[in-house]
Amino acid sequence: MKIVVAVKRVADPNVKVRALADSSGVDLANVKMTMNPFDEIAVEEAVRLKEAGRADEVVVVSIGSEKSAETLRTALAMGADRGILIRTEAVVEPLAVAKLLKAVAEAERPDIIITGKQAIDDDANQTGQMLSALLGWGQGTFASKLVVGDKAIEVTREIDGGLQTVSLQLPALVTADLRLNEPRYASLPNIMKAKKKPIDERTPADYGASIEPRLIVVRVHEPANRKAGIKVGSVGELVERLHREAGVL
Amino acid sequence: MTILVLAEHQDTLLDEATAKVVSAAGRMGGEIHVLVAGSGCRAAAEAAARLTGVAKVLLADEPSLSNRLAEPVAALVVSRAGSYGAVLAPSTTNGKNIMPRVAALLDVMQVSDVIAIDGPDLFQRPIYAGNVIQTVRSVDAKTVLTIRASAFPAAPVAAAAAPIEAVAMPDNPGVSTFIGSALSRSERPELAGARIVVSGGRALASAENFDTVLAPLADTLGAAIGASRAAVDAGYVSNDLQVGQTGKIIAPDLYIACGISGAIQHLAGMKDSRVIVAINKDPDAPIFQVADYGLVADLFEAVPELHTAVAAKAGA
Repeated sequence: MKIVVAVKRVADPNVKVRALADSSGVDLANVKMTMNPFDEIAVEEAVRLKEAGRADEVVVVSIGSEKSAETLRTALAMGADRGILIRTEAVVEPLAVAKLLKAVAEAERPDIIITGKQAIDDDANQTGQMLSALLGWGQGTFASKLVVGDKAIEVTREIDGGLQTVSLQLPALVTADLRLNEPRYASLPNIMKAKKKPIDERTPADYGASIEPRLIVVRVHEPANRKAGIKVGSVGELVERLHREAGVL
Repeated sequence: MTILVLAEHQDTLLDEATAKVVSAAGRMGGEIHVLVAGSGCRAAAEAAARLTGVAKVLLADEPSLSNRLAEPVAALVVSRAGSYGAVLAPSTTNGKNIMPRVAALLDVMQVSDVIAIDGPDLFQRPIYAGNVIQTVRSVDAKTVLTIRASAFPAAPVAAAAAPIEAVAMPDNPGVSTFIGSALSRSERPELAGARIVVSGGRALASAENFDTVLAPLADTLGAAIGASRAAVDAGYVSNDLQVGQTGKIIAPDLYIACGISGAIQHLAGMKDSRVIVAINKDPDAPIFQVADYGLVADLFEAVPELHTAVAAKAGA
């Protein structure tokens, strides 16, 4: 069984990203970058399936600048076998990412594709669903548990109000939620080993998919900051103010 | 332009999120139709027909739609989408699951989690955990949007009901099967639509403390319970109570954060609340920077005291 995992290089979640002064975009100069946290969970799950003998090969794919190779190396150090870097400097929207990944899936013919449920930069939460739609596969989004069989996969999903379990015919697509697993830290020997693992470099043109954006960014701005209010001295004062000033009690 | 809204509902009940998406659709200009897809869901369709602004309700009542699996629901929406200029759904877990599938099948780039509509093709949406707002213009022939329900008022109930038309389910793609669900049963209001939310962080220190310290206050206030990601990670509460960038994004009238430090990812989920109260023993906790009322105190003393005070007020 082969698993493909898609990973994205994003701004570190602990960085407070700001809008550029000219409102044309966000300021990512000198911002620390990292693998999208949900994609780390996706890689971890694939590697665990390999370690458990359910999968033979884990292929990681990233779309972005040459620096996305670092993100692939991180995934390789966690235990993935090889990487594919689709190099482009352009902004690639989720629909275009899904089209490129569809072409990768047609070439690689994986049994399972795992992505993070959402990238924490554009917060779109679309790529996995779009990819499974284009492939005509079933989708197990927001997954907190996987049980992989020979012909089907059971996915437990985090939904509003609780959990839902679905069975998907293989091949299938899964998007990883927070509680699927806790990703490992790569050990130093594995980081060294990862340097020797192959990364195949491609371009979007190799896959013949259009990555022309469909959304024109008109403006990027920071929302009005909420102002800090007051500190109250006691619970009694709090209740009084919530009642008289705020009118919420 | 005619607009199709995919309803969020529980078959016999229409969720308020649907009324909010209908009012969002109203800002785009055009006739609004609502699609209710489910099993035994005529009651939800009748409720949708009574929302102001709705011209027609499409009712797809089929056993195969009973659990709102993405594959059959997306196939249904796509089969109806031809005559519509825009397709909208709330960014609930159903909307987030189904709509990108619809968008890809229509070859449309979806606009996710829209918080403001400035024109038929001009939308505002938060990125980077809401630290930045992006305004985008869609150049696609159709638009597919998920709407952050808490950013829009609910469409009021109208005097007259719109007509309900039954629609047929296309072939189910048949790649997915429902196995089961485990929904948390609670007498408390639903987190997404609650007027008051009492939320706990890692400082609660255990699942028991959520029940013994936070729950009495929540129940006296008629509030929903929420939690930070740290509390979910620690296993104190289930993930469906998580408030934040990748959990629920809410805007209640009153949000009481107890023992929550206020990471940006958490603030992304609650900073649009009307009134924010923070109780934390660390006076430098970032949560105080967004709180209208901050109380520097040990939550294990302050929360029970607050409960007693609120109960006394309710009894008075």
